[in-house]
Amino acid sequence: MKPNRRPWPSEPPLEQAVEPLEHPLLPSRRWTDRAWRLLALPMLFFFALPVLMLFTRTSPAQLLDSLRTSPVQMAVLVSLKTTLISLLVILFLGTPLAYLMGRSKFRGKRLVDALIDLPTILPPSVAGVALLLTFGRRGLLGGWFEEMGLQIAFTQIAVVMAQVFIAAPFYVRSAALGFQAVDVEVEEAAQLDGANRWQLFQQVILPLARPALLSGSMLSWARALGEFGATILFAGNLPGRTQTMPTAIYLGFEVDVQIAITLSVILILVSLILLLLVKAVIARGEES
Amino acid sequence: MSLIRLLLLALLLVACAPASTLAPAPDETITLTVFAASSLSVPFEQVGAQFEQEHPGVSVTFNFAGSQQLAQQIAQGAPADLFASASQTYMDQAVQDGHVTAGGWLIFARNQLVAIYNLEKPLSSLDLQALSQPGLRLVLAAPEVPVGQYTQAFLEQAVLNPAYGAVFRDGLLANVASYEDNVKVVLAKVVLGEADAGIVYVSDLSGENAGVLGQIAIPPELNVTASYPIAVLSDSPYHDLAQALVDYILSPDGQAILSSYGFLPPVP
Repeated sequence: MKPNRRPWPSEPPLEQAVEPLEHPLLPSRRWTDRAWRLLALPMLFFFALPVLMLFTRTSPAQLLDSLRTSPVQMAVLVSLKTTLISLLVILFLGTPLAYLMGRSKFRGKRLVDALIDLPTILPPSVAGVALLLTFGRRGLLGGWFEEMGLQIAFTQIAVVMAQVFIAAPFYVRSAALGFQAVDVEVEEAAQLDGANRWQLFQQVILPLARPALLSGSMLSWARALGEFGATILFAGNLPGRTQTMPTAIYLGFEVDVQIAITLSVILILVSLILLLLVKAVIARGEES
Repeated sequence: MSLIRLLLLALLLVACAPASTLAPAPDETITLTVFAASSLSVPFEQVGAQFEQEHPGVSVTFNFAGSQQLAQQIAQGAPADLFASASQTYMDQAVQDGHVTAGGWLIFARNQLVAIYNLEKPLSSLDLQALSQPGLRLVLAAPEVPVGQYTQAFLEQAVLNPAYGAVFRDGLLANVASYEDNVKVVLAKVVLGEADAGIVYVSDLSGENAGVLGQIAIPPELNVTASYPIAVLSDSPYHDLAQALVDYILSPDGQAILSSYGFLPPVP
């Protein structure tokens, strides 16, 4: 014990607040730490075990073998193509909304806020039905598109729409927080230096919000890769066109479990890498 | 903190409540769980209701899905008393997995394929050839689903038939917009008008869709007959009761319900 420590229960002086609080009558700090770790284990175990099981059921050689089969390749390609397009759409359409949410106050903002969160908690199958009723052939807008010669249902456009609907909120939320965090004083200083509105956005706000935009877009991408329920309902399932990795996993599971396992392992690896990148970007943003 | 206390209090109250107020004496009702092919959903609900009436204290619950999915679920140990499959393949799989005794199944109904189309979409002609004409949006069941397998078998028969040939099959397959994972989804997509046409079971045509759907019969020489096997699962705790339900399905009453939905009797 350090000599200058005041006896419990008075508060330790501010400069010492970070030091562990120890007292002979209290259980030691190390003991409680250990207890917390022990208590945290079951949840962690529950997350990790199913993921690990997937890896035990396949070997790298098997993985490469089924990667060479055409159903797996087609699903991977469809997933890559559609999710990258989805990501672009989310960036283009989501950024203005995020800017609005992060930088202005208006009537009904809370309602808009709830609306943005809605797709993340809706069952994706509900989203699929809703999209079908809107953009399906007999839907509100779908019939109109059809007349113009643009078919949506059963095409990759439908896959992209389902992914954007489900995944965009992750980007919008994160980007709005990023825009919100840009200091008003920095902004005013830039304006005093003669920056116009566009320069202000492009050269001051955007760089400052970049970590949030980056991590948000990676989260969105990961979520789009995993989108299943809305896709199978709204876009259907045609290998090479609308069959994404998650739909191939679902149907593959019923016939060829190896296909399902291979695709699952790929999805888990990609998602894990994306999430680690997100964490790294956020950590770097906090440091600077 | 107060919220947590409230929750704990609620939990305590629930835990102390006399058991009778929570569950109405569970030993009085027996629940039979039936895993059945999607195509059986409508007639089986009716069969279940009738059986419940004749057996007070018994409740019949259903899990309807593609037979391939049900076989997978049974293989993974899902608790079920009966399995009614739309295809022998998946019954054989259940036998192989040891959940049905060898020869412990029997055929209780048969079914055939029919092409359906949405009446708002004019077809080029009112025969099967229309399905292979370009510009038609067709949905089929995935090859994993029994009805999808029967559809493939029908197409192979058509290839051998000079009136249709490989041109017919290839044209039809080129029109496929989606392979759905059970027959009811194929039906729904055509009813909704998302697809122009599809291939389903005769039993899927019901009165309520008559105003929306048109049908094109598949000629007998090309059509494929689906046989539906049913079996009591070996780990069922209510073996006798489950067998009674099978007997009811095979009885004239049960068969009448099935045939009213377009199913064929088990023996031609």
